[in-house]
Amino acid sequence: MSDTHAQTVTYVRDTMLPQAAPPSTAQGPVKWLRESLFSSIPYTILTIAALYVIYVLLSGFLPWLLGGVWTTANIRECREVLDGGAGGCFSVLSERWNQLLFGISYPQDGYWRPTLAFVLLFVAVAPVLFSSLPRQLLIVTALYPFIAFWLIWGGSLLVPLSALASIGIGYFVYSKLVKTSFAAGLAGGVVAAAVIWFVLSFITPSLSGVLALEEVVSRNMGGFMLNMILGVICVSLSLPLGIVLALGRQSSLPIIKMICVVFIEFIRGVPLITLLFVANVVLAYFLPPGTSFDLILRVIIMITMFASAYIAEVIRGGLAALPRGQYEGAESLGLDYAQSMRLIILPQALKISIPGIVNVAVGLFKDTTLVSIISMFDLVGMIRGPILASTDWNGVYWELWGFAALLFFIVCYGISQYSQWLERQLQTDHH
Amino acid sequence: MNKSVFFGALTVAGVLAGASAAATLDDVKARGKLNCGVTTGLVGFAAPNANGEWEGFDVAVCRAVAAAVFGDPTAVEFIPTTGKTRFTALASGEIDFLARNTTWTFSRDVDLKFDFIGVNYYDGQGFMVPKSLGVSSAKDLDGATVCIQTGTTTELNLADFFRSNNISYEPVPIETNAEGQQQYLAGACDTYTTDASGLASTRATFETPGDHIILPEIISKEPLGPLVRHGDNDWGDVTRWVLYALIAAEELGVTSANVEEMSMNTTNPEVARLLGSEGTLGEMLGLDAAWAKNAIASQGNYGEIFAKNIGEETPIGLARGLNAQWTDGGLMYAPPFR
Repeated sequence: MSDTHAQTVTYVRDTMLPQAAPPSTAQGPVKWLRESLFSSIPYTILTIAALYVIYVLLSGFLPWLLGGVWTTANIRECREVLDGGAGGCFSVLSERWNQLLFGISYPQDGYWRPTLAFVLLFVAVAPVLFSSLPRQLLIVTALYPFIAFWLIWGGSLLVPLSALASIGIGYFVYSKLVKTSFAAGLAGGVVAAAVIWFVLSFITPSLSGVLALEEVVSRNMGGFMLNMILGVICVSLSLPLGIVLALGRQSSLPIIKMICVVFIEFIRGVPLITLLFVANVVLAYFLPPGTSFDLILRVIIMITMFASAYIAEVIRGGLAALPRGQYEGAESLGLDYAQSMRLIILPQALKISIPGIVNVAVGLFKDTTLVSIISMFDLVGMIRGPILASTDWNGVYWELWGFAALLFFIVCYGISQYSQWLERQLQTDHH
Repeated sequence: MNKSVFFGALTVAGVLAGASAAATLDDVKARGKLNCGVTTGLVGFAAPNANGEWEGFDVAVCRAVAAAVFGDPTAVEFIPTTGKTRFTALASGEIDFLARNTTWTFSRDVDLKFDFIGVNYYDGQGFMVPKSLGVSSAKDLDGATVCIQTGTTTELNLADFFRSNNISYEPVPIETNAEGQQQYLAGACDTYTTDASGLASTRATFETPGDHIILPEIISKEPLGPLVRHGDNDWGDVTRWVLYALIAAEELGVTSANVEEMSMNTTNPEVARLLGSEGTLGEMLGLDAAWAKNAIASQGNYGEIFAKNIGEETPIGLARGLNAQWTDGGLMYAPPFR
């Protein structure tokens, strides 16, 4: 049989063919194009239509961006230079960048202060955000609020230092008493801190010149700096407050539970802008005339209350998602309430809550622009008010709003990328 | 019981507020600064420049009052207010003086308990339309969408005008002038209505101002003036007469350039009284004898302030019109200084 075969077949390959590259239509960019963009006639039409839309957008946007004018002194000069061209009037950014970032009345030779505080912010939050960093950096985090306050508001370094001292001593008392009972520790700590703060507040005014930076009152804060201040402070304050509220709402003690439920439901039922109006307008009637309860402080309290109510609900969702067995397991180990929450329940519940918390944080950061309605000059207030109302720049919209959108996008996108990274890090289940 | 305690507390608070409000001039002097409420930004009337210094027609009045009280036009803390927050800011004592292109109306004067100290700009509400709309009278605006700033008298005037002419409109509510401008240019509304001064300054910023017309109808009287809290007449007198000093200075030919010279050697007895080289007008107000001189020297007379901020040489280009001196056919008329 094999002989027959050998005679009838004139040629038999006895070695393997060398591997050839796949045809050009089945590999690389061509294959990708064919499969993803031109796989059928409808898709081809859609692809061409999409390309056309992109072309139209870019052909409008790029000449505007690249052909823009950066050096003129006002909008009329700018229009003269452009002479009907498509470029943007970016001179408003180069002339008013300082107002957009720092507000109208922050001392110009002090711009390094908020900038330094901003840079230090990254050093301070890094150990909180990235657990791989050395834990010693947390000292920077603990000191940061006091340093940043001193840098931004100025005045004597002794004021934040005395606050630090009273909190430090309060913590010391707490750690001594907490072994007997948590409540005693907490109360003792708070009382000790208040007493020390009260005592030191007699001493600090007489030393107001020591290590002092030029003092800047809150009314002079503005621009994107104000958004950052409000965003950072309110997010970091509302997170612990939200955890406490969420735990309080689940508490078995009826009064605590009721207070938390009423607080959360009331705050969630009221729009933020209403709370801001209360902070700005209504409080002014009830406070005795002449008292100047700092407006930024009032706004911070209101936004923090607002955000903490939402964060509390997000965390309550996380708590509810934990199986009952986790709570029972913690109890069976003999842990008391504080220990079981701290060691077993909250780490899991917070992990589940991360996307929700980030969502609230991003929303909160954008909500800080609402303060422009109560006549504070944050980034949006700055654009809507002083810049668009100046005779020089009235009429420049796209450049200013585009700049504002860019700043907010960078921050919000950064937060959301971090949260996705964190979720991947914390993933303990195996898929 | 609880209610009476609450009202009692409110009364006490009110009495305290009244007591402290009764001596605004002393408060201001003790503070060393005038807290002056201005708009968050209105072209020509009030806006900070690139260095963060406030400038404008209303701002000049604030500075003149500060110059009269302290001799220093920079002793002012400018508090930006919106249409919604301005009155509470004044009533609560956060500001001493509100110079924020506010229309003098009966209810604001009587019901809201403020005192308008005079009129620094006579305005009236008008309509701006694109030429392409083909409208030549506001009465042709039946069914039009109208951009209108909320919380202002313009909103009420608009409703009155359309109702009395038996035509309909659809309001597009906006918050600020800048927003209105943008909505109007984007075509969100057929017509933009606000005070004619605002329309002129808005139109001046357009790329093609010639494509838009301001309709001839002026549908309201808008006397814009600074105001103070009701019940403190001493402070009201100070601010009122500072404003009149600026107006009278123009009538008497006193300018920021010649005020020094005129205070030394004038033959006009009224100028001498105004500038404090004769008589005791300053003392009667509880101020320095040179109060009006300081105000005029720092800001110029009314005409100079007008020309510098909103006059025909500026991009806004408003004519004096009703705001000319009474001797030139306008309404600016200061009572005699004697």
